[in-house]
Amino acid sequence: MLMTGLAGEVFISGVAEAPLGEVRDHSELSMIALAAREALADAGLTLADVDGLFVNYLGEAGTVQVGEYLGIQPTYSDSSDLGGAAFVAFLGHASAALQTARCTVALVVYASRQRTRASRTLNHWNMKATSPQFEQPYGLPAPIGQFGLLAARHIYEFGTTPEQLASVAVTARQWAGMNPKAWQRDPLTIDDVLESRMICDPLHRLDCCLITDGGGAVVLTTGDRARDADNTPIRVAGTGESARQWHIAQLPSLAASPGVAAARSALQMANVVHRDIDIFEPYDASTISVLLALEDVGFCARGEAGAFVQAGSLTPTGTLPSITSGGGLSYCHPGALGILLVIEAVRQLRGQAGLRQVPGATVGLVHGIGGLFSTAATAVLVRG
Amino acid sequence: MVESVFDWDDPTTAYFWEAARRGQLVIQRCGACRQYQFYPRLFCLACDSDDIGWVAASGRATVYSQTTVHLRSSPEVDLDSPYVVAVVELEEGPRLLTNLTEKDCLIGSSVQVGWRPRRGQAPVPVFGPVTS
Repeated sequence: MLMTGLAGEVFISGVAEAPLGEVRDHSELSMIALAAREALADAGLTLADVDGLFVNYLGEAGTVQVGEYLGIQPTYSDSSDLGGAAFVAFLGHASAALQTARCTVALVVYASRQRTRASRTLNHWNMKATSPQFEQPYGLPAPIGQFGLLAARHIYEFGTTPEQLASVAVTARQWAGMNPKAWQRDPLTIDDVLESRMICDPLHRLDCCLITDGGGAVVLTTGDRARDADNTPIRVAGTGESARQWHIAQLPSLAASPGVAAARSALQMANVVHRDIDIFEPYDASTISVLLALEDVGFCARGEAGAFVQAGSLTPTGTLPSITSGGGLSYCHPGALGILLVIEAVRQLRGQAGLRQVPGATVGLVHGIGGLFSTAATAVLVRG
Repeated sequence: MVESVFDWDDPTTAYFWEAARRGQLVIQRCGACRQYQFYPRLFCLACDSDDIGWVAASGRATVYSQTTVHLRSSPEVDLDSPYVVAVVELEEGPRLLTNLTEKDCLIGSSVQVGWRPRRGQAPVPVFGPVTS
């Protein structure tokens, strides 16, 4: 059932990135402490105000360990594992908790040192991640193998081209060139992508996201407390989430993607339509992820996203500025990207995005995916 | 010591791996609604019936999608790179993840089941060109 009309509006009143890139002088927990305190200061609050804690991928009983480190004794904790989409889904979970007075200040945090620790070995991750019986024996590297299968099917059904896929990476790099914090900022061409090493056909190395350290923090609270913030609070106008399948063979069709239900719910709750959206922050785990996100959210008809991106629609001068930080493809991908998508959207909607600012951005849509293309979470964020 | 058919303590799928050792691909079929399903579950996903049983699949399938993996496989999987991972749709309807034994089995092409032996474990179904 769709949640509508709940009392009290919820705002994102503080955001901060953790140290990004290659982080050698911090632990995951100290990165979280830095980001949490900066985001809380941004919100005009301190750790003592936090009574709701939302984490994923931070060890066993993650909310307990993170809470202990931060000195927080939450009245509401949530570590729902929706993969990288969790941090977008947490906007909805936190909204529900705030609106039902289970907490008054919600803190969402994440940090990873997957690059420095060299902990991301695709095949070994797969050993734990998929069913050992029916998928593991075939050596599908997760999750890029799943994206390879999705991309190959997209090409087969719709005539999508490798050049169209590559244009997503080129667009992301164009934005990253305007983001001083981006890991990769040098200009990129279609040929660069197509000439990079093949990973999982048809996806090349440069069709795949970065492997970096990083993280961040997001503070949510209700309208009365959000007024304490130094910066314009950004309203969480609509949220939605969905989980579909773990085994990729169980996904009935591209059109059955979990993103379809998540986006529909968020758009309905926010009572906005696609033409209202000024900025789009899709989870670019790979170039095909962005084409699927455009179609799942409904910016494009099924099969038309490749041509849409190739026409420059997602660029700074396009009709739908997207991946405005440079995304997981060029800015930062610390294993779970969702929290950084939220932070970038908030900065854009506040008008604090520097050189890459989209003029007059007032409505943003963040679309996270997680697991093995298993989950999706969408949030519509509005200035004012 | 008796050699284990599978490494996973899952009594609900033991029949599948026992059949695999005989070179037979089995899937489940619902006695009530006659729907096929894979992977094996305790009940029928289509109609919620408990009347679920095993049947031999024809072994004929169509390639739904495929990707050639250029990364090294983990030692446990032990495949020579590059190798092809595919989703195939069985003639009976269900889809499963598998390897293709030939790179030119493109999406939409007909394939048939074969078996890849594994040391100390039951063989796994893989698919290749239709030969008969």
